[in-house]
Amino acid sequence: MDLSGLKKRQFIIMGAMLLIVLIYVIKLFHLQIIDKSYEKSAERNAMRYLTDHPARGLIYDRRDSLLVYNEASYDLMVVPKEMRTFDTADLCRTLDISTEDLLKQINKAFNYSSMLPSLVYAQISKEDYSYLQEKLFKFPGFYIQNRTLRKYPHPVAAHILGYVGEVDNNILEKDPYYRMGDYTGLSGIEKAYEKELRGIKGQRVVLVDVHNREQGSYDNGSQDRAAWAGQSLWSTLDLELQRYGEELMKNKRGSIVAIEPATGEILCIVSSPGYDPNLLVGSGRSKAFAELMRDTVQLPLFNRALIAIYPPGSTFKLANGLIAEQEKILTASTIYNCNGGYRVGNHTIACHHAGATNLVAAVQYSCNSYFCRTFYNIVSNRKYGSTQEGYQVWKNYINQMGFGVRFGTDLPYESAGIIPSVDFFNKKYRGRWNGNTIVSMGIGQGEVSTTPLQMANLMAIVANKGFYIKPHIIKAIGEKEHANTRYDEVIDSRIDKQYFDPIIRGMVMAVQAGTARRAQIRGISVAGKTGTAQNPHGKDHSVFSGFAPVDNPQIVVFVLVENGSWGATVATPIASLVMEYYLNRKIERKDLEESMMLLKLY
Amino acid sequence: MTLTAVKNSSKSYDIQLIVYYILLVTIGWFAIYASAYDKDAAFDVFTLHKPFGRQLIWIGVSLLEILILLLIDNKLIYSYAHYFYGFCLLIMVIVLFVAPEISGARAWIRIGAFSMQPVEFMKLATALSLAKFFSDSKTERQRQNIWLYASLLIGVAIILTFLQHDTGSALVFLSFIILFYREGLSTNFLIIGIMVAFIFIFTLLFNEIYTIGALLTVFLIFWYFQRKNKRKMLRNLYILIASVIFVFAVNILYNNIFQVHQKQRIDSILGKSSDPKGADFNLNQSLIAIGSGGFMGKGFQRSTQMQLNFVPEQSTDFIFCGIAETFGFVGCLVLVAIFMLLIIRIIVLSEKQRNPFVHYYGYAIAGLFFFHFAINIGMTIGILPIIGIPLPFISYGGTSILAFTAMLFIFIKLDNN
Repeated sequence: MDLSGLKKRQFIIMGAMLLIVLIYVIKLFHLQIIDKSYEKSAERNAMRYLTDHPARGLIYDRRDSLLVYNEASYDLMVVPKEMRTFDTADLCRTLDISTEDLLKQINKAFNYSSMLPSLVYAQISKEDYSYLQEKLFKFPGFYIQNRTLRKYPHPVAAHILGYVGEVDNNILEKDPYYRMGDYTGLSGIEKAYEKELRGIKGQRVVLVDVHNREQGSYDNGSQDRAAWAGQSLWSTLDLELQRYGEELMKNKRGSIVAIEPATGEILCIVSSPGYDPNLLVGSGRSKAFAELMRDTVQLPLFNRALIAIYPPGSTFKLANGLIAEQEKILTASTIYNCNGGYRVGNHTIACHHAGATNLVAAVQYSCNSYFCRTFYNIVSNRKYGSTQEGYQVWKNYINQMGFGVRFGTDLPYESAGIIPSVDFFNKKYRGRWNGNTIVSMGIGQGEVSTTPLQMANLMAIVANKGFYIKPHIIKAIGEKEHANTRYDEVIDSRIDKQYFDPIIRGMVMAVQAGTARRAQIRGISVAGKTGTAQNPHGKDHSVFSGFAPVDNPQIVVFVLVENGSWGATVATPIASLVMEYYLNRKIERKDLEESMMLLKLY
Repeated sequence: MTLTAVKNSSKSYDIQLIVYYILLVTIGWFAIYASAYDKDAAFDVFTLHKPFGRQLIWIGVSLLEILILLLIDNKLIYSYAHYFYGFCLLIMVIVLFVAPEISGARAWIRIGAFSMQPVEFMKLATALSLAKFFSDSKTERQRQNIWLYASLLIGVAIILTFLQHDTGSALVFLSFIILFYREGLSTNFLIIGIMVAFIFIFTLLFNEIYTIGALLTVFLIFWYFQRKNKRKMLRNLYILIASVIFVFAVNILYNNIFQVHQKQRIDSILGKSSDPKGADFNLNQSLIAIGSGGFMGKGFQRSTQMQLNFVPEQSTDFIFCGIAETFGFVGCLVLVAIFMLLIIRIIVLSEKQRNPFVHYYGYAIAGLFFFHFAINIGMTIGILPIIGIPLPFISYGGTSILAFTAMLFIFIKLDNN
């Protein structure tokens, strides 16, 4: 074999090898230096940005009693790939589920992903948790994930506190704070103060291996941020009063709204029938919610205090009296004669009493004739030029007092109520109408509709003699000293202070010797006005509105009991008990209390 | 030969090769050590529970092996080359029957606590046997059919390796083509080989019609330039016909020779399929690890992809990823440079040999080293389909380091004489 002739082939071989290596080096250069995408891929591979969910803020009542807190809840999770043979019977016993159910869950987990954790059993109780924790080493692949659930130590004020639930797509799109599966307030305080309650999310950067298992923090946690717990809220609610109100309203439909008039703070707001807020928590929420929704007879989810609209009844007379005074249409000494009714054409609005009446007595005895006359005198007053103008003047006052509009504070959805516009009547009566056409509005019947909250607010205006602060539910945010200043604007009702005196005197007289005698509380001067909201569907609604003590009003109470007939029978004693409880913190009239609690109206 | 004799003669052992060997083994050990990251465990370097601990033992055994190789008589190597080949063939056959199936291959036998992969020594034996065959005086018949005989030596080894389902190692036996070429194998064979490879890839990448179209175009160009030479035209026509037949055989061969996962790997290299979470997971992770190394690398013990096990087989077949991620482009250049210096040094020394056995043997192992190196790194950087073969001296594995050490040091030893 001729070696020398083939000797040059050594260079071809070495050249070919070097050429291949050169290609490799170019490829490496491209991979490592030109193409930066691999760095990002590596980061995506190995780094996980985990979110630390902050604890949601707590909610206290005005006396520092806890209304809402978080309770740890434990979910049993499984990573199917890490599972080894284990005693299924033992695990089933611990969880108190059937083997079938357990295997079904595990199969489901396998179908989802063998590497990622799946839920096996949600909301293990605290007792089961500690028991299971001790045994967990026997069940490789299983682990327990902590979550927090909203918890309500006292099952009251469900409508106002609201509930939390998973965010929907709509919220996800609007607010970048949320990620799929996050919780957010869906109603009540939880919704209105979501931004304060939710806190600030924390972040942890951890390294994970190829099986997605955590392998420690990245760069010693230099990029980690702790979660900031949500701010606590102090509600204006008085837990004890709220509970007492709900007890009084048991087995009745209706609502109680109590307000501290000087501040607009809602002391208690009851809508009956209600529900236990603990029902709408965690995994059972949607089911419980559907069940409450289905109850179309009791409508437990329906917040009557804010949404239900009723004809205000006689308590509305106060507003008309005040407007007439302010507009100089009557004075405290104006006397109208009552012959047991107010005639409009061939129709008579009946009145329970008869005789010459001034404003104080008209309030005291709730004289229909007097207030029909008053209303007519406002609307059809010559000084306004026309009925339309007159009505508009009246409506402006009424709107200014909070009727026909929403307060728009931190309360859940409110109704605006109905105060018809001039156009409405123009259309309805083809332009031919005057004060008498709509005179039933003068005594709170007819086309006017209001919510219990608006009626309570009217009483706050009376108690304050002219102004009000929009009713709201949160007193302080973050710390108790850090007052919630969002709703402290003083709103003038445009009724001068002196005009309230005859009204209040009438209300005091009504309690002492009029329609509202059952509102009397020993040692406390009460001003009040009964009412009957006409109900075309059944028995009339019983209404009472009042405040106490008269000289230094601490509490305004509005009570409406559906189908409770007239005001004096049910609403008045309930309101009086609420006042007594709030002012004295004890009830002397145990018999009255008992009879009211036992009263069943449905 | 006594120990003193070894010492006296050791001065003339090629110091360059020894230095490259020490560098590669050291880099390899650190790469294995780095890949076995576990932040919680305090490492005992000598632990047998971790690859780096076991590799340290294998390195120790290799040193012992080196000592023995330097002590034995050269004549022993020459005269027992064929016997050693026969012995290895026997073991390979036995393996076929006794080996348990490990990840699809029946290539391992257990000896006590250790697993051995006889094919690694089969490579050495084939190299020795080929060297012996080429250097021996031959009969006229042998001389005429020299390539047939030589191919037979390789072919038997390839078939046995194939039967063990060890495609990567089977492929490596083709590296002896470098030796053949150097010893006079016609360039035509290489041209045919390249054509076969080209047609194969082209057909897989496009389809039969396009490939035939391309072949026809080339044929017509040659036809035009060689239209005066009837003989060449006729030859070209034969080649064209053979090529067209081969084109239609490509898909049949492809579907029958390769296993599903191998086809997937070939498809992904050809860009025909992309499945980064499934079939291409390993390649994808390998590219990420290498690519994220950047210019200078992430530093020792700071690699994320390797330490978090994203890269598969990271102490064996994909060990290069660890080096690339940890030491970056610079580290890769250094490693590639050492390998090329080693291989070229072997070729240079082979060319200087007066002893034909050593010359042939040198080319045989230079080819083996280069094929291992090129296939292993080529697959990790996405140039070649993924084929599981070790990176010589670097990858974890007792048999592999013992066999590669033996290959190199037999050369160093023979070169000395």
